[in-house]
Amino acid sequence: MTTSPATETTTADEPRRSSRSSRPVRRSRGKVGRERVNRPATALLAVGSLAVLVPLFVTVNMSLKTTAQAVDGNAFSIPSPFTLSSFVEAWNLTNFPRGFAVSIFITAIAVVGEIVISALAAFAIVRNWDRRAFRWSFFYLLAAMFIPFPVVALPQIQLTGMLGLDNPLGVAILHIAFALAFNTMLFTAFLRTIPLELEESMRMDGAGTWGVFWRLILPLLAPMCATVGIFAFIQSWNDFMMPSLIISDPDLQTIPVLQNMFQTQFSNNYNIAFASYLMAMAPAVIVYLFAQRWVMSGLTQGAVK
Amino acid sequence: MSTTTPTRPSSRGELSSPAAPLRSHKRRIDPLYYFFLFPSLALFTAAVTVPALLGFGYSFTNSIGFGDWEFIGLRNYIAMFQDQGILGSYAFTLGFSLVTVVIVNILAFALALGLTSRIRFTAVLRTIYVIPMVISGIVIAFVFQYLFANTVPGIGQAVGSGALSTSILANPDWAWLSIVIVTAWQSIPGTMLIYIAGLVTIPGEVYEAGSIDGATGWQSLRHITLPLVSGFIVINTILGFKNYLNAYDIIVGLTDGGPGVATRSVAMSIFRGFEGGDYAYQMANAMVFFLISIALALVQLRVTRGRTVFGS
Repeated sequence: MTTSPATETTTADEPRRSSRSSRPVRRSRGKVGRERVNRPATALLAVGSLAVLVPLFVTVNMSLKTTAQAVDGNAFSIPSPFTLSSFVEAWNLTNFPRGFAVSIFITAIAVVGEIVISALAAFAIVRNWDRRAFRWSFFYLLAAMFIPFPVVALPQIQLTGMLGLDNPLGVAILHIAFALAFNTMLFTAFLRTIPLELEESMRMDGAGTWGVFWRLILPLLAPMCATVGIFAFIQSWNDFMMPSLIISDPDLQTIPVLQNMFQTQFSNNYNIAFASYLMAMAPAVIVYLFAQRWVMSGLTQGAVK
Repeated sequence: MSTTTPTRPSSRGELSSPAAPLRSHKRRIDPLYYFFLFPSLALFTAAVTVPALLGFGYSFTNSIGFGDWEFIGLRNYIAMFQDQGILGSYAFTLGFSLVTVVIVNILAFALALGLTSRIRFTAVLRTIYVIPMVISGIVIAFVFQYLFANTVPGIGQAVGSGALSTSILANPDWAWLSIVIVTAWQSIPGTMLIYIAGLVTIPGEVYEAGSIDGATGWQSLRHITLPLVSGFIVINTILGFKNYLNAYDIIVGLTDGGPGVATRSVAMSIFRGFEGGDYAYQMANAMVFFLISIALALVQLRVTRGRTVFGS
């Protein structure tokens, strides 16, 4: 995240003058002990983090129990005996490999599609901003920010049905479409900061628009692409609303939608349910742990732009 | 907006250089640009515009989603405003959104203040606090559903608390609170990250100046921090409202709209359009919902004097 768009918001205008800074808001130095560590705040935050950790602990804890132990409703009792069989049963019951394949299929198309399609559009719009057609297209795409999916859901279910897209592919396309506004906005804002000179010199060397896009623009957009890609992954992987409404074949449902079976058919097999929940959560959490940097900065860039 | 200076000498005549200054209307455009723009426009039109127009049209009919239909004018809209179920879903959704926006913003702001202060283990704590953002709403709702339905009443009985010993999910008066809790759990991280981004833009000198003038911690929060992050409060309020108005996943996971219809959101009632032959009727509902969403967004922008949400 080289450029820092966070500074261009309207808020931080005219700070009062002062000679030296003694209260850096972001703690960047390691242990230089000029200032005291705020111990009460650390303690409070540590206690507060239990609100996040306890539900996750419960999920793991429950998944390690036997069905007999899990039905007693006590989420915190230690599993005895300790068993991994719930995972095997959840795997078979939900047909995990198939659900996983469907989820990955949707997610992969959404990630690649969101990056490429939005970047192409942003490039065209920024380079032709002087032309009305491109300016209006930009505002047309922005309108999507104000149209939530529930508004168009019912006709969309019919349309996808008519077009034979009442399947994972249709969901992936919808994911791309509903993320277009935000992503295009992000990319255009970033592209405006890229000087034209680079592009001109490439064109001097004989590169066409196509080459400029793939060899110059897309690489320059790489940090933005990482952000867009990771958010696309998390949103697509976790989405429940669209797949549950659009995909008509229950055999092609995504992992989050499959979890519903533990409410309807297997409502007393808590241990299996929680093992399954854990397997549903894991991919996004793992991706997050490896890509934290982009998750944390990405959201703020999006919001600030 | 243009990144080049229009005065720069251009080599316009020769080779029709596409990288010529942006203002020149005479340059030829590379048709490839239209090709680049096309997928977005096509996708958006097919996924949003066409169904929105279809829905608008259907809302004046008596269609049940298939077969014959005829125009019935505004009858769907009139019926809607006398339908207790639908009015109830709006009351619930608006009330829930309002409460959630307030709670989420207060907690997220407090966390952002904490995480940007001089604490230990910043990296670990931030990592933990952001986790809920990447967890599927429906899945975590199922986890909480178990806790609310089984564990909490168990604890309540053990400590002899009457209020806690029954499941909150089965209580028509309080089930909404469980939805607020889980929604807050999931959406605090995103809100918090935006506040953190805002807080780190405040230069330390400002606080220095404040403390020289004798500001207490509370005063500097009230008179320095809050005004300087007000733009971020606006962003978070608008983004939050937008999300909460569409509440669906978490409600499905926790109460499925119940008990009765106590926690049925507008999105849930719209989606039922295929079940009861209410297709056109729920399209009218969707149109009203759309107008309300837009109106709320505009009001919020207006109230906050249009501070830049969309930047440059």
